[in-house]
Amino acid sequence: MTVTTDRQDERLHHRAGLSGAVTDVVERARGGDLGVIPVVVGLVVIWTVLQVLNPIFLSSANLVNLTLESAAVGIIALGVVCVLLVGQIDLSVGSVSGLSGAVLAVLFVSEGLPVWLAIAASVLLGAVIGWLYGQLFNRFGVPSFVITLAGLLGFLGLQLYVLGAKGSINLPFDSGLVNFAQLDFVPAWLSYTFAVVAAVWLFAGGFLHARQRRRAGLSARSVTALAVRSAALLAVLAFVVWYLGQTRGVGWMFVFFVGLVLIMHYLLSRTKWGRAVYAVGGNVEAARRAGINVRAVYTSVFVLCSAFAAVGGILAAARLAAANQSSGGGDVNLNAIAAAVIGGTSLFGGRGTAFGALLGVIVIQSISSGLTLLNLDSSIRFVVTGVVLLLAVVVDSVSRRSRTSHGRA
Amino acid sequence: MTVLSLRGISKTFGAVAALTDIRLDVAAGEVVAIVGDNGAGKSTLVKILAGVHAPDSGRITFEGRDVAIPTPAAAHKLGIATVFQDLALCENLNVIQNLFLGQEIRPLRLDDVAMETRSWELLRQLSAKIPSVRVPVAALSGGQRQTVAIARSLLGDPKVIILDEPTAALGVAQTAEVLNLVERLRENGLGVIMISHNMADVKAVADTVVVLRLGRNNGVFDVAEVSTEDIIAAITGATDNAVSRRADKGVPS
Repeated sequence: MTVTTDRQDERLHHRAGLSGAVTDVVERARGGDLGVIPVVVGLVVIWTVLQVLNPIFLSSANLVNLTLESAAVGIIALGVVCVLLVGQIDLSVGSVSGLSGAVLAVLFVSEGLPVWLAIAASVLLGAVIGWLYGQLFNRFGVPSFVITLAGLLGFLGLQLYVLGAKGSINLPFDSGLVNFAQLDFVPAWLSYTFAVVAAVWLFAGGFLHARQRRRAGLSARSVTALAVRSAALLAVLAFVVWYLGQTRGVGWMFVFFVGLVLIMHYLLSRTKWGRAVYAVGGNVEAARRAGINVRAVYTSVFVLCSAFAAVGGILAAARLAAANQSSGGGDVNLNAIAAAVIGGTSLFGGRGTAFGALLGVIVIQSISSGLTLLNLDSSIRFVVTGVVLLLAVVVDSVSRRSRTSHGRA
Repeated sequence: MTVLSLRGISKTFGAVAALTDIRLDVAAGEVVAIVGDNGAGKSTLVKILAGVHAPDSGRITFEGRDVAIPTPAAAHKLGIATVFQDLALCENLNVIQNLFLGQEIRPLRLDDVAMETRSWELLRQLSAKIPSVRVPVAALSGGQRQTVAIARSLLGDPKVIILDEPTAALGVAQTAEVLNLVERLRENGLGVIMISHNMADVKAVADTVVVLRLGRNNGVFDVAEVSTEDIIAAITGATDNAVSRRADKGVPS
C-alpha cells in the first residue's frame, strides 16, 4: 500500500475508514478539542430536567415555539460570534436591535413606506452603526467594550426618541412581515426535501473533496465514513421535521436563521476573509505582517454584527407584531452574547463557529421556555441562565487548559 | 554572484545615529552572519531591508539594479523575505493556514487541497520534521515553529532570506535542526542573512561574518579564517575588555 503524502511521518498513528474517523473524534475530545460536545451534552441535560419537571416541555407544540423564539436572538448571536472571533465584543446588540425594530415600525406604519424599504433602511442603519464602531475602534483605538457600552446607552435613547411619546407602535397583523414571523410554515414535503438535500449535499461535498485529496496523494475520509455521517444527518433532520410536523412544523423564520448560519459558516471556514477573521483573533500582529488589512477585518465584523442585530430586531418586532420601548432591552443583549459563548465561541478570540450560535441560542431559549412553562419568576430564569453561562465559560477555560497540555491550543 | 549589496546606508532616529555608512554584500548561496552587541544597529539594518524603515541615505542594489524598499510588500515583491524573531504565527491556525495566511489560493472558495500539497512540498524541500500540517501551530515545538516561519517566507520564491536570531530560545537539538535548515537554504541557492548572538552558530553555518559596532561596520571576516576571539574583539571594539580578560584567565567565554 502506498502511503499518502501527509501520512509519511512514522510518528503518526494510521487510522483509516469508519473506525478511524470515530477514534479521531474521541482522541480530539480527550485532548480538549471538545467542539460542540459540551453544548450538546448540556442541551441533553437541560432538556431531560425540564421534561421531568414539566412533560409539556418536549411536546411538538412547545418545540415549534422554541424554534420560532430562537430565530431573532440567534441571528443577533451570529453577529456576536463574528465579533468575538476577532477578540472584540459588542455590548450594544440589544439596543441596536431595539432601535432597528423601532425604525422599521416608524417607517412602515407611521410613514407608510413599503415594507421592503423599511427593512432595508433598518438593516442599513445597523450596518452604518457597525461601520461607526469600526472607525472609532480603528482610528482612536478605543476598546470595543467601551465604544459599544456607549452605543448601548446612546442607541437605547435613540430608540425611545424614534418611538415618540406613545412608546409603542403595532405592526399590522395582515402584513407579510408579521405573517412570516408568526404563521409562515414550510410545507411538510418541502421540509423533507430540505433534509434530503442537506444530507446529499454533505455527502456529495465530502465525496468530491475526498476524491480531490486522493488524486493529490493525500489521505482522505473513506466513503463509508462519509455515508454514515450523511445518513446520520438525514436521520436527525428527518426526525426533527417529522416531530415538529406533528403540530405546526418548521417555521420559515427558523429556516431563514439556519440559512444565515450556513452562509456564515461558509464565509468563516471557506473564504480568505474568514481566515483573516480567525487570524486577527489569534494574533493581530501576525495577521498584519501577513499582509492582512486588519482594520478592514475589524470594520467588517462590526458592520456584520450590527447588521445582524438589526435583522434580529426586525424579526423580534415582527414576532411580537409591535415595536415598543422595551424591544431589545432586558435580557436580549446578554442572551445573544451568552448564546455565542455557550455555543463554544471563545471570549479570547480566534476560536468558535457559526453553528455555535445555533446551538447556543437553543440552549438559552430552552431554559427560558422551560422555566416560563414552570410558571417560575423571571428572577429564577436570570439566575439559571447566569449559571449556565458561567458553566459554559468554565468548560471553555478547562478545555483550553487541556488543549494546551495536549498541544492543541 | 552578489544578489544584494548595500553602500553607505545611514539611518538616524532623532539625535541617535543608528546606522552610519553601512556596507554589506550578500551573494547567492552565501550565508552572511551579522553580529554585534546590543544597540549595534542589527535590528535597524534588518528593518531597512524588510521595508519597515527607509534609510536616510545610501544605495541598495538588488540583482544589479538600484532599488528602494519603502514597504514590507515592496521587499516581498523584490524577493527579500524576513523571518522576525517573534515568528508572527497564529497559534490557533494550523500549519497550512499559517503558511498561506494572507496569500490563500482561491480567496472565495479556498483550495485547501492545493495548499496542503504545496505545504508538503515546501516542508520536504527543507527536510522539515513536522508530522502533520493539520495541527494548530500551538502544538509545535520551537524549532518546528521556526521551520514553519521559514517555510512561509519561501512561498514567494525569495532570493534573499533574512533570519533574525533564528536560534534564540531554542534547545540544543532544535538549534541543530534550524542550522540544518539554514544550510539547506544555502544549497537551494538563496542568499541568507542571519542575525545571531551565538558565536558557535555563526562559526557553524556562516560563510562571512559582518560585525556591526555602534552603528558602523567594524570588520568583515571569512568565517574559515577568523577565530571567535577576533570576532568578539570586533564586536566589543577592543582587545582589552572584560571578555578577553576572562579568556586570558582561561575561562571559556
